[in-house]
Formats: sequence, C-alpha cells, structure tokens
Amino acid sequence: MPLVVIGAGPAGLSAAIEAAKAGVKVLVIDENSKPGGQLFKQIHKFFGSKEHKAGTRGFDIGTLLLEETKRLGIEVWLNAEVCGIDKNKNIWIVRSGKESVNIEAGAIVLASGATENAISFDGWTLPGVMSAGAAQTMINVHRVLPGKKIVMLGSGNVGVIVSYQLLQAGAEVMAIVEAAPALGGYGVHTAKVCRAGVPFYTSHTISRAIGKSSVEAVETVQLDKTWKPVPGTEKLLDADTICLATGLTPLVELAWTAGCKFCYIPELGGHIPIHDAYMETTIEKVFVAGDISGVEEASTAMEEGQLAGINAAAALGYYDKEGKDRLSEVVWDKLDSLRCGAFGEKRKLAKERIIAAAKELVV
Amino acid sequence: MGRIIEHSILGSLEEKKMVKIYIDGRELLVYEGEMIAAALIANDVNIFRYTKHKHSPRGIYCGIGRCTDCVMVVDGIPNVRTCITPVKDGMIIERQHGVGKWGEKDD
Amino acid sequence: MKNCLKKIGCPSIEELKNSPAFPKKEDYLKGPIAVIECVEEIPCNPCETSCAKGAISVGKPITNLPYIDFEKCSGCGICVAACPGLAIYVKDYCYSEDEALITFPYEYLPLPKVGDTVAAAGRNGQEICQGKIVKVFQSKVGNKTVLISMVYSKQFFDEVVTMKRLKMNA
Repeated sequence: MPLVVIGAGPAGLSAAIEAAKAGVKVLVIDENSKPGGQLFKQIHKFFGSKEHKAGTRGFDIGTLLLEETKRLGIEVWLNAEVCGIDKNKNIWIVRSGKESVNIEAGAIVLASGATENAISFDGWTLPGVMSAGAAQTMINVHRVLPGKKIVMLGSGNVGVIVSYQLLQAGAEVMAIVEAAPALGGYGVHTAKVCRAGVPFYTSHTISRAIGKSSVEAVETVQLDKTWKPVPGTEKLLDADTICLATGLTPLVELAWTAGCKFCYIPELGGHIPIHDAYMETTIEKVFVAGDISGVEEASTAMEEGQLAGINAAAALGYYDKEGKDRLSEVVWDKLDSLRCGAFGEKRKLAKERIIAAAKELVV
Repeated sequence: MGRIIEHSILGSLEEKKMVKIYIDGRELLVYEGEMIAAALIANDVNIFRYTKHKHSPRGIYCGIGRCTDCVMVVDGIPNVRTCITPVKDGMIIERQHGVGKWGEKDD
Repeated sequence: MKNCLKKIGCPSIEELKNSPAFPKKEDYLKGPIAVIECVEEIPCNPCETSCAKGAISVGKPITNLPYIDFEKCSGCGICVAACPGLAIYVKDYCYSEDEALITFPYEYLPLPKVGDTVAAAGRNGQEICQGKIVKVFQSKVGNKTVLISMVYSKQFFDEVVTMKRLKMNA
C-alpha cells in the first residue's frame, strides 16, 4: 500500500485527503468503531479564521472531513489495531480482534493523537472519578449524564470547555479547581462558564474523593507558592463526579516501535518524535501529524495533517520539490497564524525546537 | 444518571429500537447498539466491578477503551470493556469480581 | 481588580477597558451597539468577517484584539451569534427612559419565552436584578446559538451581561 495513515482523527483524515488529492492510493486505519477522533465530541464552535472553518462546530468539521474522505474513495479500516511497525515500514494490524494482517507501506503517517493524563489522590479509583474526556464522550456521543454534580480538576481549555458542555447537558458544575495560581484556558471560555455561576479556585487541588462505593463529596485544599498543600485549608464540596482535565500526552508507541528518534518537550506533552518542517520523522517516509507530534488543537492537527499528506505524496513521487515546497508554504502560513499571541507563541517556540532537533541530526 | 433527551446543540434524542439486557439479574430496556457502559449509567448503575484484593468498587474512567477500568462479565466472558462494546438483545451482564472466571459459553 | 480574568474567570472592568471593542459611556448614547469582551490575543476573527457594516476590524495577524467603529455599528446583532467564544452582546442604553435592552447569546435549554421574567445576571453569574424577555431568536446562520433580548433597569446597565440559566423541568 503506497500510503498508510494510522488514526482517523482530524490530522489523519486531513493527511489522507491531501495525499489522495495528489493521486496517492491511501489506506486509513483506526482502532475505534467510528472515525473522527475527538472531533465528534466537540459541540462548540471553533476559533481561527474562515480557512480554519472558524465558527463551525467541531462535529460539523468532522462530517465535512468524512464526506471528503468518501468522495475521494479513500479506504478506511475501523476496529483495526496497529500492533507494530518495523523499520522497513511493515505494519502488523489486528482487525476486529480476530484477523491478523500485514501490510508493507510505501509511506506512513502516524496520527494517533494523545491520551489524557491521570492524577491520583485518595479515593481517585471510586466510581464517579473519570477523565474529562470520558464525561465528554458520555454526554456528547452517548447522550448520557455520568453525574449530576461535577467538580472539574484543571482549568485548561479541556477542563473549561467540558465544564460548559456538562452545563449544557443538564449537570451542575460545583467548581473548577486549578493548582496553578492562574487559570489556564482562554479568557472567553472561562468567562462563559463564570457567567453561568461556576466558581473557579486557583492554587487549589483535590486532596480526597470521599464516598463509600462512589463519590459523595470532594475535599479540596489550598496550595502555597511552592504548590504544596496548606494544612487546615481543607474544604468539602458536595459532588458525585470528579472530572480530571490535567493535561494530555502524545500517544507515541508506534513511533518508538518504528525506530523514530525522540526529543522531550514538556510544553507539548512529553516525548515527541523528532520531525522536520515537512513532518517527516527520523525514519524515511514516516511522517507524524496532530497531537502525536505535540499537543495543540484540532485546527493545528488538520494543518499538520495536510502538511504530512503533501509531503508523503511528494516522497512517493507525486510532487516535485517545487510543488511540495509551494504547497507546504501555504500550510505553514496557516500554521503560523494559529501559533500567534500569548497562547500560541509558546507552542510555536516548542515546535521550532523539534524542527531544530531534526536539523541537528541531519548535520 | 439519566439520558439527555433534549439538547441545545445536539437536538432531540432519536427514537431508536429498544432491547432487553440483564445486569446482575435485573432487566433493563436500553437502546439497541449503544455502549454497555452508557446503557448502565443511563440507568443509574455506575459500579461495574470489584477489584481482586481490596474489593474496591470501580466504574468508568477513560470512557474510550484504553484503561480497562470498566470491564465486566458479558455473556459469560470476563474482562469485556463495556465502554466500547455495544449491547445486544438478551445480553447478560454481571459485575466482575477480580479477574473473573471463564464461563461455559464457547467463543 | 488586576488579573481578575485569570483568577476569577471573568474580566474586570479595568481589564475590559483595554479592549478597543469595549464602548465608552458616550458610545452608548447613539442607540444599540455591540460590545466585545475579548481581551486576550487568540487567533480568531469571525466577528470581523460577520459584520455586514464593516464596523469590526481584527486585521492581521488574526490574534489582534477586535476593534469596533461605533459610528458604523448599527447594533444588528449578527456578530453576537458569530463569535465562537460567545463574548459579544448588544446593549441599547436608549431603549426607554428607565430601561436598557441587552441581546446576548444563549446555548442552554430550556429557553425562556417572550414575556417571561428572569434573573438578569452579571459576569460572575450572580443575580443582579429582574429582566423581561422581549425576543428569543434563532437563525440558520446563528448555528444553534440563540439570541435572547432582555429588558432590565438602566440602573444596572454595566453589570448585567446575561441571564441566570433556567432549571430543566423534572
């Protein structure tokens, strides 16, 4: 198979679409029973500009990507788990838990996304404690309320957006607890939730989840300037659910097994496969795109997917150097416009460090 | 904790075919094809299993099939990830204890 | 209060005054105008592209804070539904002698009905005064963001930005 894209989220689908437009035969593989990655859970309107589909709800963008995928005749395998990739780009896949398949790929795009981080405290294994993503999946995909009184731990965009969506689903958000001295998410997101009467507690964390066989109360504690709990500041909150929105880590196992070299970039989630400005890793014709190459947003995932798709197509001979550089520049302009401002600047510098690491290796 | 019947963005819950499933002997009417975990949570069942050593109650954690906190015994087979397994008419679901036992049903 | 936005979650009036789309008292005297409470540089410009009168500018880079030319703004409210951050509302200081009108975005159920009396709320979600619903509007372009117009006492002109959510019927 000329191009195999692993992951049918926004990055993977965007990569497949770009490559297919160039004429490449593409196979997209996803371990889930439905494609779209995290997109179909995003019921809020996206930011950015018109070309980034600003103002469009996440799930509508997902639908557009799937329609384009279908229109281009791109083959998609669902319920297909990639178990291994060797240095020669041979991929081992298990389909529907039953059938073992091997594919020799001409090029690969790894777009497996990221996973949510866990934070532990006394009682964190009680039913009622779940990741913010689990709550989001339950309310927006399965249309089921996982709880009625939620305490959200973490005030980044995930924590604040999921809190808003929990309010829309009919739950009460009792508090958003943030360990840092300042809130992490965009001001417009926090303002939306603040307007709904949800209190924010900075320099606080959860010390205990209390309950016999499920969460019945949550104990919070204040943190001092060194982020250590201040004894005597414990407070109880009435709640039946705790959602953890404490960061994401790229899912990079496949990049490790394929032999990619890594760098450590904490601002983007941890160990990241080194890639150049064309999204190619240290293994020839193995590309990365989306959260696997650093946790950002859906909009950057789609742009990086396009970049990976264009350059995978070029690596397979479908674009000459001039063509691939011209197309890549268009995408880079869009990426640069997304990585601006106080929030974006940090990510821009972090991504530049990854690309610099790639340059060093070439030398 | 209940279903979301009306939603400002997602609209009204579609009418879908209902099927019968059994949780520790109790009959539930749930939507055909929905995930076992969602069907149980919609019916106020949120304890899915007890751990081997401390018998601690566990429910869903990641919700997308990665963490295995939600595993239950389904039609005699233990360690089924209920958050990504759809219900079938007549399905028998039991709270799992520890790592479970293999049932008499052949695969 | 400094750093209100990053501590409490909502911007203080001091922080809002930094926004070139936050009106001054005299801007309100001409009639209904849009108010954008957007004080951070994030890449986003649907407010600019949605305005039929060209009253809102963001320019390049799109992280610029939006600027409103209040002379051009007619208070039509298209931008209110267009803003993905739900950070825009329209206020009419001149609605009547004692009352002001606010049109704000709303994405919850149940929706209020025209004629209902509701709790008009401030940036913290705290109840400020009573409000009367005069319009509940949804358009295809608004993409499920409902626009609610509420009349309230001019005494609380600056503080009111929304209404308290209604409880779902059992």
